[in-house]
Amino acid sequence: MTTNPIRVLIAKPGLDGHDRGAKVIARALRDDGMEVVYTGLRQTPETIAEAALHEDVQVVGISILSGSHNMLIPRVIKQLQDKDLSLLPVFVGGIIPDEDLSPLLELGVAAVFGPGTSTGEIISAVREAVERAAVSASS
Amino acid sequence: MSLATRIISGDRRALARALTLVEDGAATSERILAELHAYGGNAHLVGVTGAPGVGKSTLVSVLAQSLRARGDTVGVLAVDPTSPFSSGAILGDRIRMRDLAGDDGIYIRSMATRGALGGLAHATAAVVDVLDAAGFDHVIVETVGVGQAGVEIAANVHTTIVLMSPGSGDDIQAIKAGILEIADILVINKADLPGAEQARSYLHSTLMMGQSAAARGDSAQVDQADGRSLGWQVPLLTTVAISAEGVDALLETLLRHQDYLESSAELDRRQRKRMRAIVESLLRNRLYTRFVHQVSQKRFNALLQAIVSRETDPYSGAARLMEEFD
Repeated sequence: MTTNPIRVLIAKPGLDGHDRGAKVIARALRDDGMEVVYTGLRQTPETIAEAALHEDVQVVGISILSGSHNMLIPRVIKQLQDKDLSLLPVFVGGIIPDEDLSPLLELGVAAVFGPGTSTGEIISAVREAVERAAVSASS
Repeated sequence: MSLATRIISGDRRALARALTLVEDGAATSERILAELHAYGGNAHLVGVTGAPGVGKSTLVSVLAQSLRARGDTVGVLAVDPTSPFSSGAILGDRIRMRDLAGDDGIYIRSMATRGALGGLAHATAAVVDVLDAAGFDHVIVETVGVGQAGVEIAANVHTTIVLMSPGSGDDIQAIKAGILEIADILVINKADLPGAEQARSYLHSTLMMGQSAAARGDSAQVDQADGRSLGWQVPLLTTVAISAEGVDALLETLLRHQDYLESSAELDRRQRKRMRAIVESLLRNRLYTRFVHQVSQKRFNALLQAIVSRETDPYSGAARLMEEFD
């Protein structure tokens, strides 16, 4: 197991201006010893994938509270695939109605975190995802 | 194809991977760095430093865009501090660099200091070398420079830009910390704020004092931090980065400094100094590692205990260990 800090990308696509949640998560991950590349607001699926590639992150976290997840998340996934990053775990946080959960998971999203999710849960999920990716990379 | 070969051919994924290996100090990183060394030495290395909040990232962003407009490629390394409590970090400089996204002539990488004191990580020099070898015309390293941290970045690049903002007491702090001595270009950003003109005129007269002392041959003034050459008069510029005001003049000054370095012996001197620091650091680490393998932990702890209980002193203790060291 690596002792180097896990690198995570946290981005907010589209016109969503509510970044408090994303900042709370970013700080929680930092306090757990991770390096968080925080790109802030108004990212596009293209810039998110480019940042994920250039920063060589191990996990991508997308924060969406604007309701446009059904449009934006598939585009982010597609951009990651185009950059040969389809193995990168993608987490989605925000306001996602129940009926939209399974389609997102089927698309390849690793997990969706609603507003009630504890930071501890998110931290564990990130660490597990990185561990899984490390195991499959070495096999 | 090796990672190094892929990097030279412009593969950004290979570049990103290599930077991680270098940062993590992976066993393979030295081989990659060794292979890439022959391809480096062409990029113009620029350091941008200043206190938190003066506008470094914004300035780097507009500067990078200006360089791109001339057709130059730019690698940006943004260094942020690692939390001493959690060992994690928030790397947030990309927030201000949104305008640079989507251009394959620009590459931005964020990096945490990972426990190194001062504004740079231990791996920063190596990361800069990889970006150099990857073929970028300019590599801009952006980091918080407070006090001595500023001196460290100056030793790692060719041109150091020190950024300040008016009214924050930076001008006094800068003089106290010796920041002015490391600057090749001094910039007052947020020049639209109150206090900008006072800051500018205060810094200007301080610079003039330094330069006239040098011209008089006053050795106390001339003998600065790295004995820098007197052929370059440090200019004081003002910018409003957020509206790109003053950035054309900054670009012109930056390129003029690059020309100056190349046409004088300065570039060679700085390259040499930089390489020397890298080699010395490598030697220091290897020698100490070899030493640690030769002296048992038990022996070392016993000696430490003897020193703490005042039976012996650190100097004799160290001398004794050195005698046994092969």
